[in-house]
Amino acid sequence: MRFFETIELAIKNLLGSKVRSLLTMLGIIIGVGAVIIITSLGNGMENFMVDSFSSMGTNVLNVTVMGKGSTRTLDFDELYEHINENQDLYNHISPTVNVPGSVKVGTETLEQTSMTGVSEDYNELKSLVLSQGRYVQYVDVTNYSKVIVIGSYIADNFFDDDVIGQTMKINGQVFTIVGVLDEVADSEKGDSDDIIHLPYSSALKLAGSSVISSYAVEVRSEETVDASKEDLRYFLYDIFKDEDAYMIFSMSELLDTMTSMINIMVVILAAIAAISLVVGGIGIMNITLVSVTERTREIGIRKSLGAKRHNIMQQFVIEAATTSAIGGIIGIGFGYLMSSLGTLVISQMLDEDISLLPTLSSVMIAFGVSVTIGIVFGYLPARNAARLNPIDALRYD
Amino acid sequence: MIDEPLIVFKDIYKIYKMGDFEVRALDGVSFDIYKGEYVAIVGQSGSGKSTCMNIMGCLDSPTSGLYHLGGKDVSDMVDDRLAEIRNEMIGFIFQQYNLLSKLSVKENVEVPMQYAGIDKNTRNERINKVLERVGLSDKIKNRPTQLSGGQQQRVSIARALVGEPSVILADEPTGALDSKTGRNVMELLREIHEEGNTVVLITHDNETAGEANRIIRLEDGKIVYDGPPDHEHALFAGLKEEVYEVL
Ligand SMILES: Nc1ncnc2c1ncn2[C@@H]1O[C@H](COP(=O)(O)OP(=O)(O)O)[C@@H](O)[C@H]1O
Ligand SMILES: [Mg+2]
Repeated sequence: MRFFETIELAIKNLLGSKVRSLLTMLGIIIGVGAVIIITSLGNGMENFMVDSFSSMGTNVLNVTVMGKGSTRTLDFDELYEHINENQDLYNHISPTVNVPGSVKVGTETLEQTSMTGVSEDYNELKSLVLSQGRYVQYVDVTNYSKVIVIGSYIADNFFDDDVIGQTMKINGQVFTIVGVLDEVADSEKGDSDDIIHLPYSSALKLAGSSVISSYAVEVRSEETVDASKEDLRYFLYDIFKDEDAYMIFSMSELLDTMTSMINIMVVILAAIAAISLVVGGIGIMNITLVSVTERTREIGIRKSLGAKRHNIMQQFVIEAATTSAIGGIIGIGFGYLMSSLGTLVISQMLDEDISLLPTLSSVMIAFGVSVTIGIVFGYLPARNAARLNPIDALRYD
Repeated sequence: MIDEPLIVFKDIYKIYKMGDFEVRALDGVSFDIYKGEYVAIVGQSGSGKSTCMNIMGCLDSPTSGLYHLGGKDVSDMVDDRLAEIRNEMIGFIFQQYNLLSKLSVKENVEVPMQYAGIDKNTRNERINKVLERVGLSDKIKNRPTQLSGGQQQRVSIARALVGEPSVILADEPTGALDSKTGRNVMELLREIHEEGNTVVLITHDNETAGEANRIIRLEDGKIVYDGPPDHEHALFAGLKEEVYEVL
């Protein structure tokens, strides 16, 4: 009996009892569907994270200098020189000086605005685009100029069209706006559009400090992140002779940590969902056992007409595998449906574009696993059927 | 011997052990059947007819003894080889027809050829031929349940013939039919025999057995008569001693 004929026969038998076949498939449908939804949720979250992190710059290293346990301090010129001498590893460097304090436009106070003292390279380092005016320049740094570049949130909400030349007060001192940055987020309070950049020299003065404690270093490319980080580590160790005196931290590292956490979660959840696949497999085994008993006489007849053991075996195994394969296909469809539904719900509820995308590999694995389950759980009952003695089987009713 | 017998039974025993107690369903049975014969195996219920047919049909193996079918020793063959022999050489006709109720008439007749691996065209040709032979060409798409008992038995005869077997084994083929339909089926069997087929018929009914050219009578697993149907002991069991005198 040919393979194709056996499949034809299996489908015919399944169609012969539709409700029963559907109920048998239910476990597989739910299991496969759940695995697909979970993996596509994980996939969607990972994509979302990668997207939002790369907008923050995955090829930027943040260096924090604590100077703890060391008498030596780091001079910016020293670091700047090192970066410039190793252009195969680095692009730009800029201090990032945090300025605490109050920001006022006229009498209005901006509460969540973050102020950063930077060098003239910071805009390129962060791929920032100006919508008006200019960025902080080298002369601003050397002259301790009281100039600022503001984010779109401040420009949109506190000024009219003519922003350049207007002033703001930082800790009581007057600063002149020389540039406005393009929108990078949603121009809302406290987000990355609610910012002020100023020359780091002025920032240090405002903060009442003389030491730069953190830098942003742009590496040559994503591929050099590790090498650059290693190089920087050696350089800093040479200066401080103490690993605790500094910290280098990269977005891509954080991203890796986050994605691997998501992946672990997905694997755990998918494993739980896969229990349903096992339950589905047991359902298939059960129905195959029933089917073998019900069709004992058919087995006897087929054997008397020349069916060998493997013919009978094949018939039942293929029937079980077909059941679970069809269940798997329905489950995949179900998973896709729920995933697109989930995408819709998330974008409605969270206002974030997380698209739940089933990966091809998860679909293939789900299908493969469901067919395998059919074969594995169909095997035992099918073997019982194949071993039936034809006379006993013929006499059975 | 010019011609080798198609079936050789030599000292065949079939013993069922039930605890300490044993049933000798066949108790040293020997006979030869030649190609083209029409043999009826008769005997009362429990005399071992079905056991005999099961062994002849390679559905069962004897406890001891020699069974040659078409020149091959099949007494000790394994399951799958027996299945092959059944497929190639035996055409079964059962009392209960034993058709597959979910399949159409055509598909039922097709089953033995599926296991034989015969190609689709040849299958269709043969199906048409045998269904025409048994007069059911117009029922090809019907399910067995849509047919009368007599028609169903004809389908099973068609199925037995379709593989062009060496021997047709019919176990009480009229047992479930009324007498008129039964006679029609018997007529068909006779015609099939006349067309050159070897037919072994099992029956407890003397009238039916009368159709055959040779009678083998079993009693308690032993042959008590083997000869033409017109002998006085052929159709009516006598005392064993008497019968042995005849043999
Ligand atoms: N599977 C079996 N187990 C035990 N005894 C059996 C079995 N099959 C048949 N027998 C016994 O063997 C004897 C012959 O049975 P059988 O060949 O069916 O006779 P018949 O077909 O002539 O009625 C009977 O006594 C029956 O009880
Ligand atoms: Mg019987």
